[in-house]
Parts: sequence; structure tokens; C-alpha cells
Amino acid sequence: MGVTIHVENLNAWYGKVQALHDINLKFEPNHATALIGPSGCGKSTFIRCLNRMHETIPEARVKGRVRIGELDAYNGTSATQLRRRVGMVFQKPNPFPSMSIYDNVASGLKLNGVRNRKQLDEVVERSLNASALWDEVKDQLHKQSGAGLSGGQQQRLCIARALAVEPEVLLMDEPCSALDPISTGKIEELIFQLKEQYTIVIVTHNMQQAARVAEFTGFFLLGKVIEFDKTEKIFTNPSNKRTEDYITGRFG
Amino acid sequence: MANQAFPRPQLTGQPVSQKTTVEPKTRPLPLMPSSSGEVADRLFGFAMLTCAVAILGLLVLIVYELVGRSQLSWHAFGWKFFAGRDWNPVEEHFGALPFIYGTLVSSLLALIIAVPLAVGVAVFTTEMCPKWLRGPLSFTTELLAAIPSVIYGLWAIFVLVPLLRQYVQPFLARTLGWTGLFEGPPYGIGMLAAGIILAIMIVPIISSITREVLMVVPQHQREGVLALGATRWEMIRIGVLRNARAGILGGVILGLGRALGETMAVTMVIGNRPEIARSLFAPGYTMASVIANEFSEATGDVYLSALIEIGLALFLVTIVVNALARLMVWSVTRGLPARAHV
Repeated sequence: MGVTIHVENLNAWYGKVQALHDINLKFEPNHATALIGPSGCGKSTFIRCLNRMHETIPEARVKGRVRIGELDAYNGTSATQLRRRVGMVFQKPNPFPSMSIYDNVASGLKLNGVRNRKQLDEVVERSLNASALWDEVKDQLHKQSGAGLSGGQQQRLCIARALAVEPEVLLMDEPCSALDPISTGKIEELIFQLKEQYTIVIVTHNMQQAARVAEFTGFFLLGKVIEFDKTEKIFTNPSNKRTEDYITGRFG
Repeated sequence: MANQAFPRPQLTGQPVSQKTTVEPKTRPLPLMPSSSGEVADRLFGFAMLTCAVAILGLLVLIVYELVGRSQLSWHAFGWKFFAGRDWNPVEEHFGALPFIYGTLVSSLLALIIAVPLAVGVAVFTTEMCPKWLRGPLSFTTELLAAIPSVIYGLWAIFVLVPLLRQYVQPFLARTLGWTGLFEGPPYGIGMLAAGIILAIMIVPIISSITREVLMVVPQHQREGVLALGATRWEMIRIGVLRNARAGILGGVILGLGRALGETMAVTMVIGNRPEIARSLFAPGYTMASVIANEFSEATGDVYLSALIEIGLALFLVTIVVNALARLMVWSVTRGLPARAHV
């Protein structure tokens, strides 16, 4: 089941450059929230703060409060603990090329010390089913490398890998930007099903995509949240002039 | 026809009138006008081919000479030369086994010591090292490779060997003496000293290649592992080392190649006694060392021929070891059809 994410006064820096300014947001459980905005507006930085990936970059800093359900992300929770609850899918599909499809999906569980073959088998099948990849790869689970799949399949494999550890939140950083329209359609369908069980935050450059998959949409500009509302409202009747300019294509 | 509707632009240097009279069907394909560039290109190709063939020719020539000049010894001892343990210039009875053994064991020992060290250095510099330390650290590591081997030999004689004799060897004998690998009088000089000095000499090459390989592992692989909740060590193990293993093996092979052929430093500390002993404290002899030591004083024809045959054996051992290592790289990378996606 998904959990609510509360973000309070979140600031982030790269060295001396401030990338995020006082972000306050709330993400509803079992809904998808899209973050849109022009390149460099901080939306990727923002979701990387939700699972503490931001701080893996040298000289990157975060200040503020993020609560994932009852977990306080930056206070009393280790980054590894947090990341097991908050899965992430990246812009570029990044399956582990030296592992088979099976091992790719099982990698998160193996990190957690699960060695029980039967349990692993179950989770791998369930995760691949959940990411709508099972039927395509079930005959070559152990034979084929994760990198041998097509780009869209690779991305669904990465989703399965993230789902295998049973997170509560799924972060997606432009998951379709490297994919063709058909694969994109499949991933979007998937997001639709997944949000019944997870809290989904998706960064996207594609406004139609935001409109299709998300109930809520946030518009970022220059490291600030300009507007956050129901997706319908943002795309039909935005209250901020800059939001309107962006979604009508006047800039960005 | 598309060709008629959208005629290709006329190429310069060809008379227009001539072109227009030619029927479209028989019109020659619009080739590049032949120019001096084409001749130069062919010349360039030929020159490059010559360079490539010259290398092959050199190799063939070396083998030819080695085989030709070792005939005397070959006729005298045959295959037994490679299995014989006897090296007696006075009675002109020669066997190469102690030297082959010495070369292989000292190089293997060097690898056992050097590989973890070199990979550790590379992992530290690429993954954990603060930025300001990275440059100096890699520079220093590479500087080790620039030191002449005779200097290593001297250092080994004056520093390493006394150290081994007084502290390391007695300690090893006490704790691991039961294995049989560390027994006998602790001379200092011997197989162990040779292995250690070789290890120091091959660390730079292995670590610099490993570092290059680790640096090209894409960031998204590291992030992918981290996002699953991995610790830093798990990230390095799964996201970095695992992806880079073929390249690391390649670096190890180059290091091994250097260790097999290294002469000066080894000769100075290995003890130069053609014997096969189980203990690493005992002196040994390598193929490269015996050639360097005895070539100038090889008086008899058979003696000289035997030394050249040892050279041939060294050549063959190097080839076999390299082939095995290639096979290992191949078996590791096999089943990874999409290396380009890494």
C-alpha cells in the first residue's frame, strides 16, 4: 500500500548553487503525481531528494524535512533503509548487464539477504507480472542478460526490479524519455495499474503524459513550485500565469 | 523514375554535354571523380598494411631464430629438456624445469599479492577518494611504473630482503609453517622476495588499467544499485566491479605479462639456484634470469643452444599464459550480447 509523502521546507544545493527553494508538497497515497517544468527547473533534483539519491553527488546538500509515511527521511533513517521503501526508475533504462533477467529482478532481494530459492522465484514472477513483462521473457529468465532486451523491455525490467523489494513509493524520473511511443504506452498503462498499490511520483517532459497518468500535477520553475493542483485544473484552468504560459507552449 | 524527376547534381570536372547525351539506363553511377586523393589513400593503406605485416614478420623471425639456434640442444635432449631438473654446464646436461617453475611461481605469487592491492587502489581512487587526493594518488601510482627495475632490485636487496629475513619470514614460519610453503632457513633472498618485488612492479599497470575501466562504468549503473537500498560496498561490488570484470582481467593479464618477463629485479633477489623447492623461502631461478646471468659465460655450443631454448620456452609460456587469460576474459564476457548498452 502506498503512503503519504510530506515535504516541508525542502532546499537543495549543488555546491554553492541552490537548486531547490523551500519546497512544500504533499503526495497522496495510491495516486500518481506528475512533476512538469522546463529542463533545469529542479524537478529531477526534487525527486532525487525523496529517496536521498541527491546526496550521492559530490558536494550536493539537502536541508528540510521529508516524511515517507511514518519515516522521517533525513532524521533517524539511514539512506539504505529509506531506499528499500522508496523505489526508483531512471530516465535511461539501467538493467545490470552482467546479470540474467532473473538476477536483475532478484538483485534487490538478494541485497536484503533473501536466499530462499522458492521465495525468490515467486517474487520474480510476481514482479515481472506486475511490470507486464512476464509473458515476453518467461522462457529466457536465466539465459538472457538484462541488457539484451529492447529499450522498452529494459525499462519494464527496471520497474520490476524496483517493485521486487515491495516499496511503498515509486519514483519515476522521466521513465519514457528514451522510449518509442509503443513502449511509452505500455509504461503508462503500467503506471495506471501500479498506482492502486503505490504512491507514484513521476517527472515528465511530456505534458500529455502527465495529463494521462496523473491525478495531481506540480509545475516547477527555477527551483520553486509555481503551482500544484489537480491535473485537470492545471491543464484547463491554471491559476498562475507562468503555468499557463508553459503548458500552452509559450516557453520551455 | 526518381532519377529522372530528381536528377543528382552534376559533379564537377565532368563535361556537362557528355552527361546529357547518355541514356539514364546506361548512365554510369555518379562516382567520385578520380583524383590524387584516391592514390594517396591507396598509398596510405599500403603503408599501414606494411606496418602491420612488419610486426608479424618480426614475430616470425624471432621464432625462426629461436628455433634454429636451439637445434643443438633440441637434438641432445628432446622433450626431456622441458622436464629435466638438471642444469649442469660442466657435464653439458641441461633441463629447463626449475626455470619454468621459478618463472611461473614467482609470477603467480606476484599476482596473488598485486591484484587485490591494485584493484583496491583503483576502487579507492575512483569511488571513495576525495577529489583533491585523486590526482596525486594516481600520479604516484603511475610513477612507480617509471622506476627502472634495477633500482627496484637494489631497494629489494637493501630494504626488502633484510625486512623479510628479520621479521616477515620468522613470523610466517611460526604461523603458517605447517603448510610447507614457509619453512626452512629464512635467508631473505628467495622466491618470496622475488614475488613481492614483482608484485610491487606490476601494481601500477594493473591499477591504472583497472581505474580506467572503473571510470567508464556508467553512473546510472551505480545509481541503479544504490536506489535498491545498497550500501556503498554493495554498490561497488554489484554496480562497478561486476560490470568491469572483463577489463580488470585484461589489466591483470598485462601485469602478468610483465611479471613473466621481468629480469633484473628478480635476478637480484631470487637467489639464482636452479632448484624446485616447495618452500617459498628457498632460492629459485627464472628463465629470464638464467639467460641474463649465463649468456655471456656460456662457452660450449650446447650450453648456448640450451639457453636459447630456454628463451624459446619463455616465449611459449608467455603465449600459453596469455592465451589462457584471453580465454578467461572471453568466458567472462560470453553471454553478454549487449556490451554496448553498458
